[in-house]
Order: sequence, then structure tokens, then C-alpha cells
Amino acid sequence: MKFLVFIEQREGRIRKASLEALSLARRLSGGPVAAVLPGKGVSALASDLGPYGAGVVYVADRDELAVYGNKGYVGALDAAAKKENPDAVLIAATAMGKDVAPRFAARHDVSVLADLMELRLEGDRLVGSRPVYSGKARAEVDCGAATLQVATTRPNVFPAEAQAGAAVRIDTLDLGEIAPRAKVVKIQASESKELDVAEADTIVSGGRGIKGPEGWPVVRDLQEALGAALGASRAVVDAGWIDHQHQVGQTGKVVSPTLYVACGISGAIQHLAGMGTSKVIVAINKDPEAPIFKVATYGIVGDLFQIIPEVAKAVRAAKAE
Amino acid sequence: MNSLVAIAYVPDTETKIKIGADGKSIDEADVKWIVSPYDEYALEEALKTKEAKGAGTVTVVCVGPERAKTGLRECLARGADEAMWVDSGDSRYLDALATAKAIAAVAKEGSYDFLWFGQKGVGYDESLVGPMVAELVGLPHVGNVVHLAIGDGKITADREIEGAHEIVESSLPVALTAQKGLNEPRYASLKGIMGAKKKPIGERKLAAMGIPEAEPSGAKIRWRKLELPPGRKACHLIPADDPAAAAKELVRLLREEAKVL
Repeated sequence: MKFLVFIEQREGRIRKASLEALSLARRLSGGPVAAVLPGKGVSALASDLGPYGAGVVYVADRDELAVYGNKGYVGALDAAAKKENPDAVLIAATAMGKDVAPRFAARHDVSVLADLMELRLEGDRLVGSRPVYSGKARAEVDCGAATLQVATTRPNVFPAEAQAGAAVRIDTLDLGEIAPRAKVVKIQASESKELDVAEADTIVSGGRGIKGPEGWPVVRDLQEALGAALGASRAVVDAGWIDHQHQVGQTGKVVSPTLYVACGISGAIQHLAGMGTSKVIVAINKDPEAPIFKVATYGIVGDLFQIIPEVAKAVRAAKAE
Repeated sequence: MNSLVAIAYVPDTETKIKIGADGKSIDEADVKWIVSPYDEYALEEALKTKEAKGAGTVTVVCVGPERAKTGLRECLARGADEAMWVDSGDSRYLDALATAKAIAAVAKEGSYDFLWFGQKGVGYDESLVGPMVAELVGLPHVGNVVHLAIGDGKITADREIEGAHEIVESSLPVALTAQKGLNEPRYASLKGIMGAKKKPIGERKLAAMGIPEAEPSGAKIRWRKLELPPGRKACHLIPADDPAAAAKELVRLLREEAKVL
């Protein structure tokens, strides 16, 4: 069964989520798979994909692809699919992946198993598991009548595994003229140089319990100690205590970090929808009835202004050992 | 400037999800239905565009069973001019491609400058329909829009990605998916609610539109099973009489037991 994996890179760095999808494809297929890598100056990155599972890398290396554009990047995936003729296409469910997958699929008159948290094969058919109803249920899904099977994988769920591997074969794609009607004219990094919650392996989040924007330094101290990103509940974003970029939840970002520390967050359903699949959840809240304790791995019932500074101290001490 | 806004009518997020008897869908008893929150941002932006230009219509479309009409009426009450209900018959999961083909057919019948969608529907959480419709209709699209400026025959949109914004320029017509932060959706006024009763809701049957994916045998995403998520173990509560000791114990557990530090 042949897999083609879409590899996302930005500014010359390959997204870890793409390496996760690539490793997954290798595990499922039992051997090296095909990958497609669009961008500018990316030919040099192709061999980095070998250890993670690529046997052949279709490279689309063009000035016009220097920044992401849907037409050019979907065109590259399309051109690779024409050459490789895969049975299945895997794409990491990042912002770029979620932009590319549905257009590619519709072009091929198929659909997408989106944001999968589990994926296996039954014969040569993909069977996945995906969160639905804001994460309150899981649907086991397959591609039904579709010939070409397209799936996107949730970042930070599947392991990226580097193995010693054979050399990668590079196949250069000829895309012809790329004339997009929608073009990125500028990329504005967030004012803060902050690590985005969607990218982070560890997140420390603050909720109403921090009492006001003056409460952030306590939370940020733990954030720093852990090398984490800063998250926030909807309540504090709506109250204007912090920018929406930090919001985790149903109408904020959906995250799946290894460690999520919820400080003064009650755990409303909408918040859980955004972080409920975190591997380890720590809850610090003075209300023992707070719903967050129902999903937390570890909990401390108490005054966060007393407890969090101690946790930050203990983390630093542990890291110094 | 005319806009077509696609909405999804989904379970309210407070709803406790129960698995239905067939093991593949939710038990709909006691479910409260709402217009998906991201679709509200889409509708609001379309209404603002109409008001700013002083001309144009806002049409809302929903693919769903009978209850979809209630959602459409709510949109009419907020200021949409007309609505189209594509009757999907029953309530089972519908392949995103089928929904997209139905909306694309409606879009092709009109003359729209903007095709608006929420960046995802909070029922199936797929983020597929908007970009699929754009592909089917042959339009450019910008997803995850948090700011929109309309120029002469073109738009400039702020698209939210990880840790940054892409500023995207596009020609018109264009498809857009709305992200939180785009605007503050208005509430329907009493006058709007009364007026909505007189606005037309067109109807057509999905089964009559010649879309193979709308039939179970032709679906290209199938729900085999619906389950509650794997349960989490009961929370390990650390006694907090001594904050310093509690903190040390937490860190010890994170290191030695959970192995995340």
C-alpha cells in the first residue's frame, strides 16, 4: 500500500508534526514511503526526511513557493500524487495542513479523515479515530467508497521516530506556471516572541482564579520554569486580561500537549474541549468541586498564589539536579 | 456585494453527549441546537459588509434535517435577507464532501462575491466544508480570518496561523472561513425576529441533487462507531496543607510517575 506524506516547512524548518505523519506512514506501510516537500530552497532539507521514513521525496523548489500559498502548495501535492499514485495521503493537521487537505481531496472527489488521534489499517483501508462534538465523543471513521484515502493527523499525538536509514531519492517536480488569486503579502509574527500554545509541548494556563492581570506574573514564573507556552481560559480573555492568541478552548485553540497546568481554571466544558486530550493535566484550584479535577491527572486544592510559586521553585530545583 | 453564508446547526456545547442506540450517532433527546459559533462570526461579517456597502444581499444556507430551519430563521432574524434549506432527510453523519457539493450547487445558482463559512463546525469539528466548496466552485479561499478589509475588486485578510498572522490579498469573488476575533456577532432584535417570519426559506431535497456521497453507499467518510472518549483515571489529589511540600510532591510525581519533567 502506497503512502504519500505532505511535508510542511516554514522558513527552512520542517514542522515536527510532518515528521510525525511521516513516521506513522512508515509504520503503517512497513517500509519507506513517499513525501512531497514544497517551498523555496528546500532541496537541501529533503535528505533530513530519510530517517523519519521517506524513501523518495518529491521536491517543488520555486521562488513562488517561498511563503505558503494554497494554489502552489496544493499544486505540488497534486503533482506528486500524479507521479506516485498513492493509495493514501497523510497530512499533519496544522493550519497549513487544514488548508491544503480539503482542497486537494475535493479536487480528487474524495473527502478527508480529519484530525485523527489514532490510525490503523484494515487490509488496505485506513481506520481512524477522531474527536467530535468538541472532544466529548470519538468517532471511528473510514473512507467508505473513496478510492484515494486522505487523512490529517493531530500534531503531538503520533511519535516522530528517527531511524538509521537508506539514502533518499529526490524527484524534482515541474509545476509549470503558478498564478494564484490569493497571495500572502506579509507574515506578521505575534508581537510577543512567545511560544504559541498550538506548538507547545508544555502549557501553563491561567483562569479566573488569578483574579486579574496582576496575577499573571505568578503564572508566568511557572511558565518560565517549565519552558512552557502561556494559555488562558475564555473568561480571562473576554475580561481583557490577556490577548486572544493565548485562549485555549472550544472557541480558542485546541491543544494536545504533554503537560498542561491549569491555574485557577474551573474547567468548563468549552475549556476542556480545547485541552482535554493533554497527556498529563495538573489542576491547581481552591474549589474542590471544580470540574477540572474530573479530568486532571494530578490536583492540588488550594490557593494558587501560595502553591504556584512553590511549584516553580520545585521545578527549578529538580531541573538543576 | 452579495454574500452566501453556510451555517451548521449543531448541539450546544453544554449538551451532555450520549451515544445513541445504533452506536454510531448521538442520542438526540434533550439536545439543544445552536448555530455553530464560528458561523456566527461569518454571518456577522457578511451583514457588516452589506451595511458598509449599502447594497447587496446576505443569503444563508444550511444542509441538515428539519430543525435546520430554526437555525436559518435565527440568521434571518439577525439580518440575513433570504435562506435556503437543503433537506438532508435524517440526522445521521453526512460526509463533508456531500455537504460541500450541496452548498456549491446553491452557490453556483447565485452571484456571490463572498462565500462565508465558520472555520469549523463544532459538531463534527472537521474544518473541511469551506475549502472544499471553494475548490468545487473554483474560487480562491482564505481560512481562519480574524480581520477583513474590502478594497476595489479585492480583499485583504488577516489569517491566523500558529504564532503569526498571514496577510493575504485575494481577488473577488472569494471564499472565507471565520475565526474568533473577526467581530462581535449581533443579537437579533425583536423587530428582526418578527421580520424574519416574512422572509423566504427556499427548500430542496439533498437526495434529489445527484450527489453520490449523500447516500450511505457513496459516502467517502463513514462513521463506523461513536464512543465516549477513553476515561481518565481518577485525579491524584495532593494534600495542600503545606504548599512547599505539596509542590515538591507534585514535581516528584511529574518526574518519576508521569515522566514528563
